Amino acid sequence: MTAYLIAEAISVTYANGVEALRRFTLEVNRGEFVAVVGPSGCGKSTLLRALAGLITPGAGQVRLDGQPVTRPSHHVGMLFQEPALLPWRTVEQNIGLPFELGSGASKREMRDPTTLQARIASLIELVGLTGFERAYPRELSGGMAQRAALARALVTEPPILLLDEPFGALDALTRETLTAALEGIWRATHTTGVLVTHSIPEAVFLADRIVVSTPRPGQVAGVVQVPLPRPRSWEMERIPEFVEAMQTARSLLRDDNG
Amino acid sequence: MMSAVSQASRIKSDVKTGAWSWGRPSARRAIGPRWRVWAMRMGPPALFALFLATWHFVSLRYPPFILPAPATVAERFAAELFSGNLAYHTAATLSEALPGLLIGALAAFLLGYPIAKSPLADRLLSPFIVASQGIPFIAIAPLLLIWFGPGAAAKIFLCAIVVFFPITVNIIAGIRGIKPLLRDLFRSLNATRWETFVKLELPAALPLTLTGLRIGATLSMMGAITAEFLGTDRGLGFLINQGRGLYDTTLVLVGIVTTVITALCIYGAVRLAERSLIVCHR
Repeated sequence: MTAYLIAEAISVTYANGVEALRRFTLEVNRGEFVAVVGPSGCGKSTLLRALAGLITPGAGQVRLDGQPVTRPSHHVGMLFQEPALLPWRTVEQNIGLPFELGSGASKREMRDPTTLQARIASLIELVGLTGFERAYPRELSGGMAQRAALARALVTEPPILLLDEPFGALDALTRETLTAALEGIWRATHTTGVLVTHSIPEAVFLADRIVVSTPRPGQVAGVVQVPLPRPRSWEMERIPEFVEAMQTARSLLRDDNG
Repeated sequence: MMSAVSQASRIKSDVKTGAWSWGRPSARRAIGPRWRVWAMRMGPPALFALFLATWHFVSLRYPPFILPAPATVAERFAAELFSGNLAYHTAATLSEALPGLLIGALAAFLLGYPIAKSPLADRLLSPFIVASQGIPFIAIAPLLLIWFGPGAAAKIFLCAIVVFFPITVNIIAGIRGIKPLLRDLFRSLNATRWETFVKLELPAALPLTLTGLRIGATLSMMGAITAEFLGTDRGLGFLINQGRGLYDTTLVLVGIVTTVITALCIYGAVRLAERSLIVCHR
């Protein structure tokens, strides 16, 4: 069986000569949640941008459902390191933005305002922002802004959700809360998830499988299975499978950092 | 400048300060000791009164054709106002300054946008734009009169040249200030160039563009009046020049006062537009 989303031995070298990825291979099955963990600057973000079609790898190929990915598509919802909300739009309007851009299915749906409003409302409820529909981004806390960004990434019901260190800029407590919330939302939306992070606990909490990357240029150092049941909670942090997955991932990381 | 604008929009309910204060956060929030609150409210009129008083006492020592008293100027101002004279000349100047401002702003956008977006356009155009700032506009005004004749065209053109630079600089800063992350977002959502322009670049550059427009608004009055000095039969510049020729110093001062009031009105109008347009920028 071929995987749903595949990065096939992709290499990316930037114009300034920095080699971000070298023959990196990643296979993600439909409905799976994969986390890519690696030290800072190991090309994790580059990998995600290649998966999203924002950059084209110099060698190798990204394939989605058998089709090569050469440019961004509405099959992918993306959550960045920062919320990237438009400050002049309310939460509601920000979440509706994907319907106003590009061509294809998502834009056609926009013609039916009732469906659109219902979709936005249900997502606001899902991410827990009820009551803040008309709020502007500056009125939101960092965590709430990232919740709004998550709703925006999911509003077009993309089959794939790409997460680029989405909670890296938040405080530890908010981070834990949002990680747990994301796990629930991911289960509710049945998307395929790829998370890039440097937090091992976060990766173990969310993922079915963890791919550990070496420092730059990023290469696969090893893969860790996470045999934890879902739904997950932070209480699981103490059960042996959680601890073991953390330790395996950590030792893989340590080996490479020498 | 950016933060001043956003600050102004943030504290929208606090409108005790006038429309043309600079809007520094410390100046807007009238908090602190009581004398400070009082000074904030009474300071500007008190200073103005002090200025008038000084002017009055100095004027007592000189004949009116050198320095007329403020009351004399005020009387003359009222007389010229009711005769319709001031309205006529102000309208003439505005009919040059406002189209000039508009054309200058348009040109600023047409050049500033490509400069902000393309390094090639930046390299090709920026040196000329910066160099053009070195030309004193009072020196090109006669040239424009030679080329375009004594009509409104030369004056409008001069206004456009004068306002062009500050608006261009602000538009470039506004477009370049857009976070790369927001551009990534638009790319990942498959936005077309036009969509990115309308839904990201325009609104994101709006605060700084309006700041440039506000600066340009006052400059356009200066441009128009400078051009009027050199040859015309109407406008505030003509009025001032006429007063000078007749040793009618009172008329000169009336012309200057009218110019200042008009410039403040344009500035205030742009500021009000800013406040209503930029509701929620960070």
